[in-house]
Amino acid sequence: MIKKRINIRMSGLGGQGAVTAAHVMAMAANRDGKFSISNPFFGAEKRMAPAESYCRIGIERIYDRGELVFPDVIEVFHPQVITMGKSYTMPFYSGVKEGGVVIINSAQPLLSEEDINRLKDLNVALFYIAGTELAIEVAGTELSTNMSMIGSVAGITKCVSMEALDGALQERFGKKFVASGGTASLDEAIKKKFAKKEMLLAKNLATVKAAYEIASEWADKNKIELRVGNPAVAA
Amino acid sequence: MAEIKSHIGTQNKKGQTYTDAWKMMNEAPRNPSFYTGSEVIKEALRRASCDVMIAYPITPQSEAAALIGELFAEGYIGDYFRGESEFAVMSQCAGAAFGGARVFTTTAGPGTMRAMENFPMWAGARLPIQMIVTCRGINSPLSIQPDTIEISYLLNTGMLVWHAETAQDFFDWILKGFMVSEEPEVHLPLALCCDGFFVTHTKDVVNLTPADMCLPPYDPYRSPVPCMDMECPPVRMMRDPFIMKSNYISYATHASWQQEIWAAVERSRKHTIKWINGLIETENTDAEVVIVASGTAVSQGREAIRLLEDEGVRCGLVKVKSLRPWPGEEIREATKNARHIFVPEFNVTGWLAKEIKATIPNSERVHAGPHVCGGMTMPPEIIVSEIKTALGLRSESLAGRGS
Repeated sequence: MIKKRINIRMSGLGGQGAVTAAHVMAMAANRDGKFSISNPFFGAEKRMAPAESYCRIGIERIYDRGELVFPDVIEVFHPQVITMGKSYTMPFYSGVKEGGVVIINSAQPLLSEEDINRLKDLNVALFYIAGTELAIEVAGTELSTNMSMIGSVAGITKCVSMEALDGALQERFGKKFVASGGTASLDEAIKKKFAKKEMLLAKNLATVKAAYEIASEWADKNKIELRVGNPAVAA
Repeated sequence: MAEIKSHIGTQNKKGQTYTDAWKMMNEAPRNPSFYTGSEVIKEALRRASCDVMIAYPITPQSEAAALIGELFAEGYIGDYFRGESEFAVMSQCAGAAFGGARVFTTTAGPGTMRAMENFPMWAGARLPIQMIVTCRGINSPLSIQPDTIEISYLLNTGMLVWHAETAQDFFDWILKGFMVSEEPEVHLPLALCCDGFFVTHTKDVVNLTPADMCLPPYDPYRSPVPCMDMECPPVRMMRDPFIMKSNYISYATHASWQQEIWAAVERSRKHTIKWINGLIETENTDAEVVIVASGTAVSQGREAIRLLEDEGVRCGLVKVKSLRPWPGEEIREATKNARHIFVPEFNVTGWLAKEIKATIPNSERVHAGPHVCGGMTMPPEIIVSEIKTALGLRSESLAGRGS
């Protein structure tokens, strides 16, 4: 399905980098010459509390902002979003559009039979990726989980290019970045994991690439074709 | 005779050139940047020749206050203080402005409410302070998400009140706002509002003016009231204060000064129209259905109009940019053809709809809504649903969040 816009909802927990992931995706789309907007939604800045971010990518100017109530893609960054209801709504996929995709960071399946059937009725594809394990394996830290999630959504929808993601990551982590206290201390924590800033960028990009390939292969195999483009031209 | 000296064309200590404000805003090249709203506030301040910034660094505006702190460290801001509360911040702002400084501060939600006593005082003392209001919920249960109800409390303070839709509005209006506020015949504080999170935390493309150009500095001698002269009415704030109605001058001042403040708000009208290109913006107002909105509700309205077009319903748009001065005549003209006027708002009471109803003939045309509140989002689909229901069209049931 070719759509003028893809709306991505990222449901995570405080400290996992869901906000950063949406910003990086939007920055990359902007580099690719698409229109994009990203914004977060959270309560108190508290680790492990529900935190969401949204990324809208399209071929025409985007006005819509705020919470994404009717997303095309939902990314679940942490199993607790589902198992402990750490989501702004129950079930976590409420509002998902027909023909959409749900991406879950988990090594094991987490959904009940009922949930699976409801998603099937909506023709929503379900993709599990062991994103945290992948981050530990490739980058050596679970703090790069958000990179696995960026790679997954990019691999399935091709809504941003690898080159643009590389540029966006450099823009975000390559220079001094001033944010709230919580984000600043997480930035410091992740910098300490790597000997050098270049190492951080290289390992994060490698994580994105690894997830991109896994997700891309899955999408090809399952014939998932959710793309940003001009439907009129495609027809 | 005093020497007349212009700063235009000279450089400040950071090497920025003081530039004619009209040229800087309307003729200088623009550089597109992908920034959050908070970063955009910082970039506007970099170019604002701001003497004093006073901060109370609380979310959701912590990034703006912190980022301006960075600017101070870099040498772009004359002085930077932190207050122990919002009330203290606004009082310190008054002190700095009495002293003849160009003053900037930021606030939001409960902070705005806590500081409220100061705003009519600023207006009464004719202090052209600029205050950014990144709106958030004020009620209990607590919310840090956007809710525009605090704007309604600002409408009768005597401040100028503008409501930005996007980070681009914000960038331009921060700089232009100083120009309007500081006109001698205006010389009033400006509450420049936006919906927190939707503007401050959203990354969007914003076209910036060159970083090596800045506004001319504030000239306190253009103030219509003497600055920091405790003995000279009308702003004789201390010693034998005129709240006592102690003599004929203070009596006369009380009898007339509030009218003078509101006359100054009226006099700001022509400057506001000139600088922000009209108090409202309109699209397709010949349509039978028109959305009138301010802030993020305008953006959501634009998306709703796209969705309605796909279904063959034509809908116009009125974007209200300035709330004080109030664009009564403009709104009357823009809605004269409309049979249905929808006013989507991010607050529970619908203050904008009430203002519009009090302004236009046949006010039963106004549908106050949809409303979301307490930090909720307004998906364009609910605006579409509200409009279709009112027009007697079938609309799908929305099984989104909270339903």
